Amino acid sequence: MTLNRRDFIAVGAATAASLSAPAVLADGHGKPRVVVIGGGSGGATAARYIAKDSKGAIDVTLVEPSRAYFTCYFSNLYIAGLTELDDISHTYGTLAAKYGINVVHDWAVDVDRASRTVSLAGGSVLPYDKLILSPGIDFVEGAVPGWSVAAQNKMPHAYKAGSQSELLKAQIMAMPQGGRFAMVAPPDPFRCPPGPYERISMVAHVLKQTNPTAKILLVDPKETFSKQALFEEGWERHYSGMIERVGPDFGATNVTVDPEAMTVDIDGSVEAVDVCNVIPAQKAGRIADVAGVTDGNWAPVNAADMSSKADPDVHVLGDAAQQGDMPKSGFAANSQAKVCAMAVRGALTDSKVFPAKFTNTCWSLIAPDDGVKVGATYEATAEKIAKVDGFVSQTGEDAATRKATYEESVGWYAGITADMFN
Amino acid sequence: MIVRLLLPIALTAILAAGAARPEVAGDAKAGAALYGQCKGCHEIGKGAGDRIGPHLNGLFGRRAASHEGYAYSASMQRAGVDGLIWDFDTLDAYLENPRALVSKTRTSYRGMKDAQDRADLLAYLRSFSADPANIPEAAPTARGTDHTVDPTILAIQGDPEYGEYLSSECVSCHQADGSAEGIPSITRWPEEDFVVAMHAYKDKLRPHPVMQMMAGRLSNEEIAALAAYFKDID
Repeated sequence: MTLNRRDFIAVGAATAASLSAPAVLADGHGKPRVVVIGGGSGGATAARYIAKDSKGAIDVTLVEPSRAYFTCYFSNLYIAGLTELDDISHTYGTLAAKYGINVVHDWAVDVDRASRTVSLAGGSVLPYDKLILSPGIDFVEGAVPGWSVAAQNKMPHAYKAGSQSELLKAQIMAMPQGGRFAMVAPPDPFRCPPGPYERISMVAHVLKQTNPTAKILLVDPKETFSKQALFEEGWERHYSGMIERVGPDFGATNVTVDPEAMTVDIDGSVEAVDVCNVIPAQKAGRIADVAGVTDGNWAPVNAADMSSKADPDVHVLGDAAQQGDMPKSGFAANSQAKVCAMAVRGALTDSKVFPAKFTNTCWSLIAPDDGVKVGATYEATAEKIAKVDGFVSQTGEDAATRKATYEESVGWYAGITADMFN
Repeated sequence: MIVRLLLPIALTAILAAGAARPEVAGDAKAGAALYGQCKGCHEIGKGAGDRIGPHLNGLFGRRAASHEGYAYSASMQRAGVDGLIWDFDTLDAYLENPRALVSKTRTSYRGMKDAQDRADLLAYLRSFSADPANIPEAAPTARGTDHTVDPTILAIQGDPEYGEYLSSECVSCHQADGSAEGIPSITRWPEEDFVVAMHAYKDKLRPHPVMQMMAGRLSNEEIAALAAYFKDID
């Protein structure tokens, strides 16, 4: 057996750890263990980078209930008929086969931080030295009175992609001619800030083709929203007269729905609709709460390594984390995961740790070949992930620029999903 | 006549810029002689047409790859879409090292190193732009800015291990296997080309806003590390 320098350091670190801190090697296990809960943009990236870069020195287990993962990004394009569900579906086979990640398709139901174990619904108990939580979002109960998860088949959220996206698309296709689509948009902060507005654009696109006299009602509790000028310019250009937005000044902060009657009550004014897409207020995925690392709806983290402010051996990534200036996006989760993976490797194997850097870009599609983007770079300060520099597409850009932006987003999709799953 | 107009404009620019940058006024007559290096591929003047390269009438103020009827390289088309406009600064940089600005340009010219020569050539080229008088004075007619990446920067030996960490930011968009769908490949470039291109973004000579932002926060050592890492990636 030949040892390269990295292996040698890893072995040395493990030996030193066994002398000074036996807890790191609980149960006589030979390698430090990392458990990752959640196989999305944050979790899959973190598991992949730790396993890939530690070259077998760290035992990585990824807990994810779904065998097929559907990205939320590009799921609006599926609703528009611009991509297939298969094209946004990914599996975990390569992570297991190529990097030796132990992929467990089960629900994590409990975290015992004192004994450093995770319990699964199937009964297994997984010990860890470092735990990474990347559970995404859950919905705040009672956020939209009348709506609950039990009503999600009548009024889909489609804000976790897959069967919900299929359902919403089927309902849109079944709308009567001249019918009415409504969306109840969420308050800040929420997953994918431009997401609801890209969805409005994509619904308008599909209705323009199949149901051109249909109307779209957007009920939005926020004064302003991401890329607003770009979306509003695009709506006027592509879908003039189709989309009505009701903001907080017209009662959109006081909204109830009735899934049986298919009505939306906006501050006392009852509107009958044919399809109602309810995107409620959001909070960190449930396991973050169970683990006791949340403060309010989200889990506060240290920017330098994405470790929980409640426990240095627990890291929280992506939408669930309260980190500062980054939006809740798949790109952001992927970026945070790499910083976290480097810190976790450094802690467990003495590999080099470089300063944290974060990046985000969010592309949105307004109409086919009319793409826009917003992005920024960030660095870690003592308090938070702080924005350093940014850019946003401009109104009035020419068609070639918008087409190139869309093509860039397609390239990005291939890039980030390869960075997570290949 | 053009040449006589140049001097006051250049002087104004010097005053406005507080003489922060050396300004070189171009001499179109000298430029005409230098154009001999270009004419194998590019025609210019009355009756000029596209040959191996596009004709160069009306070049100033035009977006890259926007002259209809000429089949530009994919790289040049991308630069145009990104917003590369041919003005004095961008043409000066392009003449100095075409690949610094447009990675896979079909312009086979290796570059004109002397700033005065470039200023002369640009003064000559400008005399064939449709209405040079309409070019705002703010865009001066000549400038001796040195776009060359400092040899000491090019000499930095990149640390591939650091590059590997930094590369994780790049591969969120650019695929590690070198695929170039919608977003160009950045793998297996000669190190110097990589460094020169990244500095062109850093200096905002290359127009893409994401890349200007990304390159803008990378140090010289970090760019070298990335070049070293991506050079050998499988």
